[in-house]
Amino acid sequence: MIRNPVHLTLALLAVLGLVALPAASNLEAQGSKGTIKIATQSPLSGGQAALGEGIKLGAQLAVEKFKGNLEKMGYKVALVPYDDQAKPDVGVANAKNIIADKDILAVIGHLNSGVAIPSSEVYKEVSLVMISPANTNPVVTDRGYLNVNRVCGRDDVQGVVGSEFAHATMKAKSVYVIHDKTQYGQGVAEFFKTDAEKKGIKVLGFEGTEEKSNFDPIITPIKAKNPDVIYFGGIYDQAAPFFKQAREKGVRSKFLGPDGMDSSDLTKIAGKAVVGMDYTSAAGPASVLPKAKAFVEEFKKKFGKNPEPYAAEAYDAATVALKAVDAAVKGGKVSREDVATAVRKTKHSGITGDIEFDSKGDRKKALYFVLQVVSDDPAKWGDNKIVKQLTISPPEKK
Amino acid sequence: MDYPLLLGIFPQVLLDGIILGFMYALIALGYTMVYGVLEFINFAHSEIFIVGAFVGVEILLSLRSAGVLDTLPWPLVLLFVLVAGMAISGALAVTVERIAYRPLRTAPRLIPLISAIGVSFFLQDLIRLVESIWRNAFNLVYPTMDQLNYRFELTETIDVPVKSLVVIAAALAMLWVLHVIVNRTTIGTAIRAVAEDQAAASLMGIDVNRIISLTFLIGGAMGGAAGVLFGVQYGLINPYSGFIPGLKAFTAAVLGGIGNIPGAMLGGLVLGLLEAFAASYLSLLTAGAFGAEYKDIFAFSILILILIFRPKGLLGEVVRGRA
Repeated sequence: MIRNPVHLTLALLAVLGLVALPAASNLEAQGSKGTIKIATQSPLSGGQAALGEGIKLGAQLAVEKFKGNLEKMGYKVALVPYDDQAKPDVGVANAKNIIADKDILAVIGHLNSGVAIPSSEVYKEVSLVMISPANTNPVVTDRGYLNVNRVCGRDDVQGVVGSEFAHATMKAKSVYVIHDKTQYGQGVAEFFKTDAEKKGIKVLGFEGTEEKSNFDPIITPIKAKNPDVIYFGGIYDQAAPFFKQAREKGVRSKFLGPDGMDSSDLTKIAGKAVVGMDYTSAAGPASVLPKAKAFVEEFKKKFGKNPEPYAAEAYDAATVALKAVDAAVKGGKVSREDVATAVRKTKHSGITGDIEFDSKGDRKKALYFVLQVVSDDPAKWGDNKIVKQLTISPPEKK
Repeated sequence: MDYPLLLGIFPQVLLDGIILGFMYALIALGYTMVYGVLEFINFAHSEIFIVGAFVGVEILLSLRSAGVLDTLPWPLVLLFVLVAGMAISGALAVTVERIAYRPLRTAPRLIPLISAIGVSFFLQDLIRLVESIWRNAFNLVYPTMDQLNYRFELTETIDVPVKSLVVIAAALAMLWVLHVIVNRTTIGTAIRAVAEDQAAASLMGIDVNRIISLTFLIGGAMGGAAGVLFGVQYGLINPYSGFIPGLKAFTAAVLGGIGNIPGAMLGGLVLGLLEAFAASYLSLLTAGAFGAEYKDIFAFSILILILIFRPKGLLGEVVRGRA
């Protein structure tokens, strides 16, 4: 049974009564009450893997750090990562596997709203709680499901933060809006556009595209119209080549985008073209959150790289999930519904600030930022300058 | 309607369309040559194309990390990268033919087609696997050579980057070389003979297998060159980047008349121009009601119209004619 020399030594010491076995080795203790699993769902492969991997690692760190309590109670705790490939069909298929595994009591995910919304319909069938670190589309929580929560902000606020910034700080008179035709990208672009028009900014174009490599024919009319600002509602793997080709073609407009821009891969792909561009974020960069310093250090030490955006949110989301499971377990037998109810009641002072959910699952006070890219070196993504920081409550349900 | 704007961007859109068109034409050659000889559609060609782009990016990245990319003269670097891309894509095409198509040559027509689709998926994920282990990356960025990005500004809205001129020049040069090989050399005569009648050609002392390998080599090399040029022009590639351009190039080959080399060129250009004009003008002409996202619908609707009236393609299908 005991093959590992370290375990052998520990066992011998224990026999000699010299040391009490640490809690961690309770894993092999008799009378285990079963396993509790926390699942993550995020793109671990493909063009958005950088962010998706960050979500997984953030959650992993939280689970390793806070599982002790549950282990003391005799449970095994495990993190099970799923790769949703940023595709709705894959997310839903994974979700079906997840609900079939009775040990899974919470899901941390997704990255993409367009994946989270259909997947959470599956979780809802069994009241499995989902805590999202990154899904900003309003629909995610506006459906009013008990099991759906998020620790980040909302696009109807984020889009307005962007248009307000374009109006007041960038002094834009005209904008051109591009989006990626996904629920997230088009959604935030529409909120941006509507509010920009209200503020008297002229919207010279509103264009959706699924193109990934050749943006020439889209850029040509933009260049001719010469808008003050180009807003890209989408994600960095598509926006970066667009910005790069636009600059190469001599477009001089300023660039602006939502939190989909928030990855070091943006500068890795677009280089100098995006230096000085601004983007809004519904999640704070770990580098500016005072309580996240220790987290950043630990993350670097363990995984050998800087946490990507949303890693801190995933860490907080997983911590809240574990806390809720803790609370639910105290009542004896754990059901998924108990955990979902417990999450809504949980108050947690996390590294991204105080977390408390309202009746829809939105965070009562969410943070919004406007950031500026400072360097074309991807390693310096964490140094991006905060231009503006806001704390805003979710809008009242219409 | 803003007529000065519509007219002002016209030359730029024309240029964009021509570049895209030549890109499609180079890829389409691979489909059309193989079809001309074997009457078989090599669906793995889109991956053979993108392998060329990956060879290019790997060489350029190694040169950059060795610190010599900016000191070497850029035409030389580009030429070397093109030749390397052509060699490896060509060799890959030959290997694929040897392993996945030759054993099936006497099988019913659909069998090698299915094999080709299988090879296409296999290669996509193989590239993904290799790149994720080797570079831990999905998207690879072509290192920019500053001279290639230099732009000649003709007017306020129109400028011509050096790299676009390079793409056009390289495409024209390769099409000319191919024309010479097929029509003026003994090898070309042998290829045409095999296309016309394999049995008779072998009776005349032509090694049919060798000629078929050669056809794949040439088609693959053209694809590899197109891959390098694609990377240089658009700057970003991933293992799945080849699929859509491959599909479009296949369409271009059919449009021009599959099996017909000048047809592939013409089809590529027509498709590239249609796409560029649709993407740039649709939203301007319809006041935003139809945006650039309708470019493929528009381009393919026109294609269907053309094929209704000319079912054998613009220049006619040359089966059993020239390769």
